[in-house]
Amino acid sequence: MTLSLFIEQSLNGVQLGVQLFLMSAGLTLVFGIMNLINLAHGSLYMAGAFFAAMFIKITGNFLLAIALAIPCTAIMGILMELIVLRRFYARGHLDQVLVTFGLILIFNDLVRMVWGVVPVPMPVPALLSGSVEIMDGVLYPAFRLAILSVGLVVALGLYVVVVHTRTGMWIRAGASNRPMASALGVDVQLVFALVFAAGAALAGLAGMMAGPITAVQVGMGEPILILALVVTVIGGIGSIRGAFIAALMIGIVDTFGRVLLPHALGSMVIFMLMALILAWRPKGLFPVHG
Amino acid sequence: MADQSNPSFSLSAWLRGNWPILLVLAALALVPTFAAATDNPFLIRLFTRAVIFSIVAVALNFVLGYGGLVSLMHSGLFGVGAYTVAILAFHDYEATKFLGLFAGTDNLAISMPLAFLCAMGVAALTGIISLRTSGTYFIMITLAFNQMLYYFFVALQQYGGEDGLQVLANLHFADFNITKRTTFYYVAVGVLTATIFVFARLVQSRFGIILRATSQNERRVVALGIPPLRYKLMAFAISGAVTGLAGALWASGQAFVSPSDLSWVRAGDYVVMAVLGGMGRVWGPVLGAILFVLLEAYLPSWTQFWQLPFGIVVVLIVVYLRGGLVDVLGLTRSKSASNTEGGHA
Repeated sequence: MTLSLFIEQSLNGVQLGVQLFLMSAGLTLVFGIMNLINLAHGSLYMAGAFFAAMFIKITGNFLLAIALAIPCTAIMGILMELIVLRRFYARGHLDQVLVTFGLILIFNDLVRMVWGVVPVPMPVPALLSGSVEIMDGVLYPAFRLAILSVGLVVALGLYVVVVHTRTGMWIRAGASNRPMASALGVDVQLVFALVFAAGAALAGLAGMMAGPITAVQVGMGEPILILALVVTVIGGIGSIRGAFIAALMIGIVDTFGRVLLPHALGSMVIFMLMALILAWRPKGLFPVHG
Repeated sequence: MADQSNPSFSLSAWLRGNWPILLVLAALALVPTFAAATDNPFLIRLFTRAVIFSIVAVALNFVLGYGGLVSLMHSGLFGVGAYTVAILAFHDYEATKFLGLFAGTDNLAISMPLAFLCAMGVAALTGIISLRTSGTYFIMITLAFNQMLYYFFVALQQYGGEDGLQVLANLHFADFNITKRTTFYYVAVGVLTATIFVFARLVQSRFGIILRATSQNERRVVALGIPPLRYKLMAFAISGAVTGLAGALWASGQAFVSPSDLSWVRAGDYVVMAVLGGMGRVWGPVLGAILFVLLEAYLPSWTQFWQLPFGIVVVLIVVYLRGGLVDVLGLTRSKSASNTEGGHA
């Protein structure tokens, strides 16, 4: 492997990692705080991409479209929480799996009804359509670099919010001991809604940024949902720090696995990594609940 | 229902409490006759699908309804069984050797038990890791393992990769030709019947009692000096093995396997079937699987967007109908048999 290929693949790995982090941040907090397994999180990723593609078509401006699509996805997340999922916090995991599985079917068909079955094209904005020379003779697409930087900035922002603000303290308190946080006067309902909206917005953002690279189509959220679940499990449910480290790890291992290993092994390597880590630490790398 | 303090199993006593399953099996056995009378051979295809899915749903319900383990990797285990048969048949047809070591075979008397064992092995291996965790972790890990198996078979270019693998060899079971559509259907119904009775027996056995106790209160089981992991692992392996057998039937019945048979959505479908039918009875999932296959076949003829009403049905069932079809039909369990309702974390 040459140095330039190594650098390119490392960047690809980190880029996949930050995207996975955006997906799993919401997932892990919803798991940690509300004790809810939400398989429909991938639908929010898909919704984000479709909203963005629609707004680009209407406005013709990528940034404006993103700015419009994020609140739309967040509202969708809040509606999902208010109408359906709120009733399921106290139910068993089986009920949660089933209901969110049903939601996936519903969302997939709704998207098919509104946008059709043909993948919707989503152009890379003109400003970012070129390549950047990151070192001598190594060109890297500007759009991928943009995804990487946005992801890192959002991750940093999230870290600051969760670790250094009062809201973040509520969230962490909720994640490590919900009844106790509630007894100490944290408005748990409000925190739930906030976390859900933020999680939806982040998943949507990940979807929007993936749109121009992959295709914007029905079911696009499902493969990444499963990777995000792997990230969540490895990182430890409820841990933002764990999700970040695990996301980068999975992103890099997956990217290099596909380049270096034979095909059959490369596509399985992250699942084997997960199995190894869980055999060693069944609660993930950074368990939040004792 | 047999008295639970005495784990001996009496078939006649069990049937007294579960007589509707005889009606269901009899109705299934009459499908080919009905199909011939109405000149609708499509019905046999449809019900072969329903019967094979029933076997999976019954096997899944053993760990789901009685063990409280929400597994999302049963489509993967199904695929392991299906690919075992298909790959062996492939090597037989091509007259090559599997990994350069073993010759293939078109004899199902060899490949079906192998499918059973392979699926059991995969279930046991993945079970060792996933069963050490519980609740949400278990669900997500089984889902991840399912994807691992899915991508594994997608990556096997030699065996068709994403396009799937066609079984070109003429499959037979020892000296019998069972692949004729109607014959094969009866074989599948026979396997389903055996599966139901074996699991009914298992649920009532000492092993089944410990499994159910574990799903209700693991800590107490531990306090009684029983190691629950061993029992859960055994249950998961048995469930996986029977699921692999169903996969083997699937591969021989339609002479084709593809990675889409391993998709995680299918794994979710199996859970829906078990819950839809009713997890409280061993045979409840059969009703769920039949209804599922019928809906899946006939809803699309009404509307292109059939998954939307189907999704709504799933949501409504979870919200309002906790006991499944068995409950709706008034076949609620007697108190002594009551076990699991809803999910156990």
